[in-house]
Amino acid sequence: MIDEKFDAIVIGAGMAGNAAAYTMASRGLKVLQLERGEYPGSKNVQGGILYADMVEKIIPEFRNEAPLERHLIEQRFWLMSDTAHTGMHYRNDDFNEEKGNRYTIIRSQFDRWFSQQARAKGVILLCETTAVELIQDAYGKVVGVRTDRSGGPIHADVVVLAEGVNGLLGTRAELRPRPQASQVALAVKEMHFLPAEVIEQRFNIKGDEGVVIEAAGTISKGMAGMGFIYTNKESISVGLGCLVSDFADNQTSPAQLLDLFKKHPSVAPLIAGSEVKEYAAHLIPEGGYKAIPKLFGPGYVICGDAAQLNNAVHREGSNLAMTSGRIAGEAIYQIKSRRDPFTAENLALYKKMLDDSFVIKDLKKYKDMPELLHTQASNLFLTYPQLVAKAMENFVRVDGTPKIEKEKTTFSSFRKSRGALGLLGDAMRFARAWR
Amino acid sequence: MGIEAQFQKVEEKLYQNRYLVDAGQPHIKIAPHEKPSKNLLAMTHLCPAGCYTEAESGQVEIAADGCLECGTCRVLCEETGEITWNYPRGGYGILFKFG
Repeated sequence: MIDEKFDAIVIGAGMAGNAAAYTMASRGLKVLQLERGEYPGSKNVQGGILYADMVEKIIPEFRNEAPLERHLIEQRFWLMSDTAHTGMHYRNDDFNEEKGNRYTIIRSQFDRWFSQQARAKGVILLCETTAVELIQDAYGKVVGVRTDRSGGPIHADVVVLAEGVNGLLGTRAELRPRPQASQVALAVKEMHFLPAEVIEQRFNIKGDEGVVIEAAGTISKGMAGMGFIYTNKESISVGLGCLVSDFADNQTSPAQLLDLFKKHPSVAPLIAGSEVKEYAAHLIPEGGYKAIPKLFGPGYVICGDAAQLNNAVHREGSNLAMTSGRIAGEAIYQIKSRRDPFTAENLALYKKMLDDSFVIKDLKKYKDMPELLHTQASNLFLTYPQLVAKAMENFVRVDGTPKIEKEKTTFSSFRKSRGALGLLGDAMRFARAWR
Repeated sequence: MGIEAQFQKVEEKLYQNRYLVDAGQPHIKIAPHEKPSKNLLAMTHLCPAGCYTEAESGQVEIAADGCLECGTCRVLCEETGEITWNYPRGGYGILFKFG
């Protein structure tokens, strides 16, 4: 099919793959990119929030052309019981700035645009092409890939595995393990369409302003998980995700859990009357720092979700993906321009550069958080949210009970549920994991 | 409220999606088995597209046409060899309009 040899083959046209392909091609490298979908983005799912800083580092003027939905001016965190939410809302008019900081996006549209920019730099993109196998030489060096198209293997000096959380190539070649059930969350999401004016009224916004709601509590039935509501221009993304290991232990249907979230009295009015146009599901890497596989080896590097580069605490993923792709591209360019071979020793430059970036620094900071959230799930996601809702009700409901008695009831409900030592222990464990 | 009324059927959710089905070439296959493992049986609840069902005889069956390609079953059941998981051929499978 393709006889020529490439400087690099990029597997996947998501955030990591497009960033890597763009970075290398714009520095003059000969890049082939393979995408199994009909078009870039057709297999990709995200909430989705785009972080401008990391896109700017690749395409500084992206705001002029990229398909962006709304710039975010308000963040709501909701702690949910079955009938209530206790919220913290942060809204700041400073986010109505010339260069927005965070935007909602629709992945299929953004990825198509991002990929067009890469192709304009000279990337050769083959869609509807599934890479099925890595080709390794007698010494284990990755030298190319085989695809499901007719024709022989395609060769390159280096392969960038940006194949996503569920990528098959890296695991089949035993370059990285298959994710464990406790290291990935399954998220389901629906796209609810409403007129822009209705969205703006319901969320108290105007123009291109947007709101993010992130919700945790009884909606996940004691499993480690979160719900989310993101405002797009003329649609609202509503979704919910929990750890796969928790789903398996609890035999819970994610579709039904999403339906319950949508019916919650705090959520239902926001999406009432909407038309649902898509239902999606996707895995999210949640293993954190300790789940990161070996990021490079002879003839290959691993980027983005395929490398578990996802910050579950801050709900950041696409920015880590595109930064790892950019850095991989820069490292490959440096090695190439020195005319050095793509040995593991030389490609270690990618890991060194990534270690120096926010990507690995942030993941290291929260290295103990996944274990804490996963072992304490029923306390953190079921007991505490119910206690908080009860405490708030005690605080605001006026029924003639003296306040001193109400306070006593609240404190004793906390003590009864977790015990004084349990409460202290939870606080200490959380503080330690956050540090 | 009965369970029927409370939850939307998964098939109704999938109806909104765009697929190009590779007829006769399912990308996920279940190995023949007498009795499904705990994880395989759990897929009858967990699969977000409702692809897995339990037959009256107790075996788990799959109809992968509505698969969202999330990989949950791969994570839970591939290691034991109970299922084989491939991507659909290039261009086939779920085609997200929004994603």
